[in-house]
Amino acid sequence: MVYKVLTVCGTGIATSTVAAEKCKQLLLERGLSINAIECKVSEIEGKISVFQPHVIVPTTIVSDNKLCGIKKFPGLPFITGIGMDKAADEIAEYLKSIKE
Amino acid sequence: MEKIFKFDETVIRVGIESVDCYDALDQLANTLCNAGYVKRSYVEAIIAREKIFPTGLPTGKYGVAIPHADICHVNSSMIAIGILKDPVEFKNMGNIEDTVSTKIIFMLAMNNSENQVKLLSAFMGNLQDQELLKNLAEAKNVHSVIKLIDGKIKF
Repeated sequence: MVYKVLTVCGTGIATSTVAAEKCKQLLLERGLSINAIECKVSEIEGKISVFQPHVIVPTTIVSDNKLCGIKKFPGLPFITGIGMDKAADEIAEYLKSIKE
Repeated sequence: MEKIFKFDETVIRVGIESVDCYDALDQLANTLCNAGYVKRSYVEAIIAREKIFPTGLPTGKYGVAIPHADICHVNSSMIAIGILKDPVEFKNMGNIEDTVSTKIIFMLAMNNSENQVKLLSAFMGNLQDQELLKNLAEAKNVHSVIKLIDGKIKF
C-alpha cells in the first residue's frame, strides 16, 4: 500500500517541501511506499479532504481541530536533522500499523 | 552543474543588540531592504509572520531562527545572517508554547526561482553542523562569518 503524507508550513517558501522530501526519503529507506505532498497551513482543510493523508507532518503550528482526526507527527526534525531518524521510525511504525 | 550560493557581506551583521526577537528581525530585515534584496513591505511581513508562525529552531546548544516571508515581498533571493550580541527568545517553530534561546538568525529572502528547494535543502543541511553553529555564534566580525559560511551551500 502507498502511504500518503501531508507536510504543512506557514507560507509556501518551501520549508515544508524540504521537510517533505527528507521525510519521504527516510520512509522509503524504511521500506514503505510513500506519496508525500505539501501545503500551506491556510490550505490544510481542503488538502485533507482531497488528498486524504494517513499522517500529517507540520513544520509549523497547526491546531489539532484542523486535522480531522488524522495523526500528526512533528516535522521540525526533518529540518534541523536533530532526532530525525527517531521521528522517521515513529512515523514508519505508525503507518505500518494502519490497516487498509 | 553544481552551484555555490554566494553570501553578501553587506547583509551580514555581527553583534546585533536587540531587546527582543521582533527588534532583531526589524533590524535585519531593514538591512536586507536597504541593500535592495527586498521591498519595504518585507520588514512588516516578516514580523507579522513571526507572530503567527514562529521560526525558532531547537538546533541544540546554539539556537537558530529562520524567519521568512512570502515571495511577493522579495526582489532577489538572498540569505541575511544576524549574529546577536546576546541571545533573545524566539518561539519554537513547531510548538508555540516553547521558546528557543537564539543567537543566530538566518533571514531567508526567497523569490520563486526553480532552484529554491535545492537551495533551501542544502542550506538546512548546515543547521545540523554544531561546530559551524558554535563558530558562527562566537564570530567577532563579518569577515569571520563569511570565512565560516562561504562555500557551505552547494546546490
